[in-house]
Amino acid sequence: MANGISFDARPTARRRAGPETVRTRQSFGTIWRQHWQLYAMLLPAAVLLILFRFYPLWGVSLAFIDWEPMKGVLGSAFVGLDVYRRIFSTPDMGLIIRNTVVIAVGKIILVQSAGLAFALIIHQLGWSFFRRISQTLTTLPYFLSWIIVGGIMLQILPTRGVLNMVLREIGLGPVRFLTSPEVFPWTLIWSEVWKNFGFAAVIYLAALVGINPELYEAAAVDGAGRGARLLHVTLPGIAPTIVLMACLNLGNVLEAGFEQVLVLQNPAVYSTGDILDTYVYRAGILSAQYSLATAVGLLKSVVGFVMVCLSYWLADRLANYRVF
Amino acid sequence: MIRENRLPDRLVTAILYLTALAMSLLCLIPFLHVVSVSLSSRTAVMQMQVNIWPVGLNFDNYRFLTREAQVVQSTAISVGRVLIGVSLNLLITILTAYPLSRDSIRLPGRNLFKVLLLFGMLFHGGLIPTFLSMRYLGLYDNLAVLVMPPALNVFFIILMMNFFRAIPIEMTEAATIDGASHFDILTRIYLPVSLPSLATVALFSAVFHWNSWFDGLLYLRKVIYWPLQTYAYARVVQRQLESRASGGTELNPLFLQQLSPEGLVAAFIVLVALPIMLVYPFLQRYFLQGLTLGAVKG
Repeated sequence: MANGISFDARPTARRRAGPETVRTRQSFGTIWRQHWQLYAMLLPAAVLLILFRFYPLWGVSLAFIDWEPMKGVLGSAFVGLDVYRRIFSTPDMGLIIRNTVVIAVGKIILVQSAGLAFALIIHQLGWSFFRRISQTLTTLPYFLSWIIVGGIMLQILPTRGVLNMVLREIGLGPVRFLTSPEVFPWTLIWSEVWKNFGFAAVIYLAALVGINPELYEAAAVDGAGRGARLLHVTLPGIAPTIVLMACLNLGNVLEAGFEQVLVLQNPAVYSTGDILDTYVYRAGILSAQYSLATAVGLLKSVVGFVMVCLSYWLADRLANYRVF
Repeated sequence: MIRENRLPDRLVTAILYLTALAMSLLCLIPFLHVVSVSLSSRTAVMQMQVNIWPVGLNFDNYRFLTREAQVVQSTAISVGRVLIGVSLNLLITILTAYPLSRDSIRLPGRNLFKVLLLFGMLFHGGLIPTFLSMRYLGLYDNLAVLVMPPALNVFFIILMMNFFRAIPIEMTEAATIDGASHFDILTRIYLPVSLPSLATVALFSAVFHWNSWFDGLLYLRKVIYWPLQTYAYARVVQRQLESRASGGTELNPLFLQQLSPEGLVAAFIVLVALPIMLVYPFLQRYFLQGLTLGAVKG
């Protein structure tokens, strides 16, 4: 090739290589002269990556030392796993991990189920104007911050709020959505469902639209009713998407929703509503227990990282999903 | 769609419509309630007469808020944050996505870079190490903290890479033969054909920057630096009635006594949500397009 641009011909390359593929390897000097601009383009991202993602990793060492700010990291005494021993000797930690997992898993299951159900319903409706308005209303909350959605919840949910007023009208006693330790996790889960089920439905709906309409017609000709078509055409058609979402959500089992919990929680519900992230925030930022908070945060980072890797691996194996 | 005319089927259809209607109304009613509270009179709010329609319609809450110096200041910070933040986001996203998407060019180190980028996205040092590092980098109480760290967004880069990969290689071949540099190809060929995808990324970036509040709370001690959403945390969640820092409003302090705390908080919520609620119905297609691409195609 006269212009000297080489084409990668490795079988792993996902893009089809052109017919004029050159298989000879060039020296790095040649590549640099031709494509130095590509490296230049990557430079700003590399700087940001190092400054804001890799540089902070030094701080992980705080979990293993008795940090004294004046002495710095190297001057402080190394204490090994003492901090972790201290953390797990209190009953708090088990409770907080349990809260985190219960809330996160509850959210995943209910948000995905509600989204799937809504997508299946909407998909069956013929009136497209209604479908569009309905989607506008249900997806809007996803794009609002937890300050706004949490603020709305704090307006509506108190015992003196409008929801309890309605509940009293129909004879149900006041429910302490925000202050009862038994109810609060459900408040978190259902407000998450309220905010995000429309978004979950968008993904399932995209998969439903992709199902070949001829399959439905063929099934109808064969005498399949609504239920039979749902069971034998629709569900097999979106099964890959369901599997994919289940896999990807596996990476979220420790993500109980920091911003939401910070907005909605109060000391009365710490026993069931305190999660790893809010604990780290209070211990670290508000009470300056850096070693303790770093150790808890690191635990979450490592387990979370392993879960996300596992989820991507499963998504690749089961649903052919690749991040890059 | 297959038409069903037997009675049980029509009944099922009716139930489906009603369920969808109920779920949609469930999303709408809380907004209606909050908007109504913000527009109702003090007595109506205090006596809990407001449901989903204003009682004693007036705009006093909004008149009070829009004349408060800190609300104006925070709005300016938020608007500035969105403008600068989106520009930086787009710049970094375009520059990074282009080299990573040109799979046909052998570029030593590209796979390593991708792995590092992915690792950086998935593994965080945690809240405390990040917080201390930002202090050491001089970003504490520095407005740059709102736009610099989020400038590198791997989700946007992956989205953009997928758009770039779909551009046929034939389009660049002629330019390459004519001696065009990579910057030429990027600005003259790639960018003009990817305007819709750039719009999607810009939209998502704008929503992200408008909605972010925790970074302001964490890194900015001076209240005058706070974006609107961070200030909303103090006003809506911690229920502080008036600004702590920059001295109140130009209105008579007696005016505050004519307002209800609930109504004022409701008005604040509506004010902060308004930009997104106004543009959303018109740009819904771009919003949802980005979601499906990001979530399913990755």
